[in-house]
Amino acid sequence: MRVLRETWLLLVVSLRSLHKRLDVALVATVGFAGVVLVLVAVLSMAAGFRHTLRATGSNDVALVLRKGSGAELSSTLSLDQARRVGDAPGVAVGAHGPEISPELLVLINRRERRSRILANAPFRGVTASAFRVHPHIHLVAGHRFKPGLDQVIVGRAAEESFRGLRLRDRFTSGGVRWRVVGVFGDRGGIHASEIWTDLPTLESAYRRGDSVSAVYARLVSPAAYPRFRANLLHNPELSVSVHREERYYARQSRGLDRFITVAGTIIALMMGLGALFAAANTMYATVSERAREVAILRTLGYHAAAVVLSVVAESVLYALSGGVLGALAAFLFFNGFEASTLNNFSVVVFRFAVTPSLAAAGILFAGALGFLAGLAPAAAAARRPIAAGIRAL
Amino acid sequence: MTEIAAQPSSEPLIRLERVSKSYRRGGETIQVLDRVDLAIPRGDFLALMAPSGSGKSTLLNLLGGLDRPDEGSILFDGVALESLGPRALTRWRAIHVGFVFQLYHLLPVLSAARNVELPLLLQRLGRAERARRVAAALSLVGFPDDRHTFRPTELSGGQQQRVAIARAIVTNPTVLLCDEPTGDLDRRAGDEILDLLVELNRRLDKTIVMVTHDPHAAERARTLVRLEKGLVGEIRATSS
Repeated sequence: MRVLRETWLLLVVSLRSLHKRLDVALVATVGFAGVVLVLVAVLSMAAGFRHTLRATGSNDVALVLRKGSGAELSSTLSLDQARRVGDAPGVAVGAHGPEISPELLVLINRRERRSRILANAPFRGVTASAFRVHPHIHLVAGHRFKPGLDQVIVGRAAEESFRGLRLRDRFTSGGVRWRVVGVFGDRGGIHASEIWTDLPTLESAYRRGDSVSAVYARLVSPAAYPRFRANLLHNPELSVSVHREERYYARQSRGLDRFITVAGTIIALMMGLGALFAAANTMYATVSERAREVAILRTLGYHAAAVVLSVVAESVLYALSGGVLGALAAFLFFNGFEASTLNNFSVVVFRFAVTPSLAAAGILFAGALGFLAGLAPAAAAARRPIAAGIRAL
Repeated sequence: MTEIAAQPSSEPLIRLERVSKSYRRGGETIQVLDRVDLAIPRGDFLALMAPSGSGKSTLLNLLGGLDRPDEGSILFDGVALESLGPRALTRWRAIHVGFVFQLYHLLPVLSAARNVELPLLLQRLGRAERARRVAAALSLVGFPDDRHTFRPTELSGGQQQRVAIARAIVTNPTVLLCDEPTGDLDRRAGDEILDLLVELNRRLDKTIVMVTHDPHAAERARTLVRLEKGLVGEIRATSS
């Protein structure tokens, strides 16, 4: 307790003379701010991507793919197989029958609005039941496509990301001149990066016969999933894999999420090392400048441990200040920033998400760096003989 | 290697027994103190005089536990300082020693009163009690009441030294160690500080060891000790 009181006093005395070394203190603080800005920005990208994919999935919707297919693009099911999915126990039944949505997913080349490079845009063929199985899909402009016509509706993120996908725009793909008749949203989900049209029209345009990529099935409840899954897996007429939609999309995000997190952390660690040395330098300068104060206080009976703690505390204080600045800058500059990336060869549009937990992690990381940066200078300050400190005048 | 006690009848408060101290500068070893024996009685006002580099500040640092001798022993009220570990020595210093330096060594960012309060913060005292003791110490050294909140840079040299002395005595230490306390002051201010030290010695029976190279200042002490080349040379009682 006594050492803490001494530490507090030493810290106050030091901070009151901060104006004398404001330049070096600012260098250290800005260094930490830069590290946290980069770390939080990179991790917010991963968080945004993760959020987009996870927002897509629902735990009472199951996804049926061909056995051995890890993703929709590599899966093919016949329409007959798709209908059998509707017969499985646990599937919700509405006014229009079993709530299943057979869907075909193809990729088409569209030029990105910003970079003007060609990228794969996901083009999904659905039936009317898709809007019941994916209730979060909602029109924000125009109207739904009409079956049998060359009409599409475009996800809001896709509309923003690709050229030629604005309402009433036309584009050619698969030998068809498509017309954008509506724009839809997906409440932060991945489908907002897609183009949707009538399933038979898309099958015809891309000569896919009556095949689909996947079947989405709305279940009566999340608890119905095990029975539904077991039934399909044990059906000898089907060769399928069954996934909860929620877990499927979470798994989709895992690889890129991990890559971004690891890469971002490595970058932040490397930058952090630089900031650590800069801060250590600052603290050495501080200790050197405060040699007299420290010597006087130790002459009066203040403990060496308090000196150590006060130097470390000051370093941590610079780091935390920098951390808060960096997190704030990351929030101002990156939160909600729209970006796109490839997921299973198709473009996914997502928004950076600077969450409170990310900001806190960034600030804590800076605090840890500040702690490390303060250790060696603190030890040097405490080891310095008092008599030498007094002679340093 | 001479030993003297200014008041042989009284038990020495501090006793140095064959204390040696050397420093290395480059490849050279400089013997600053060479087997010094010295006894300082309780209540004495002792002036240490020596030319520059003769080890007087080193001796003061050893007496105050700021440094340790290479050889020999320093007994303070029967306690061998070399037997104390770093923490115990720090605590001993906080209780028993008050330092007064030539350049005052006040913390420039704190007011006069806050500087005096610094040693009290190491004790379990309430805010009101600390304020009372600070006011008493500043009053004792004749520091003006209306300047308690002034920072050192707003005070004259004499006033700063009064604050430094108040800081040294505020915990009522056993001994005051003064390193050239008038060295940075003009004659008038220096005399006032010496008057104050004499007053503290006579009225409060405070033991004072003062390093000085000023014969005028040394004459105000009770005992004068001259250090020469690391050895205790002349020791005599002054006319004071």
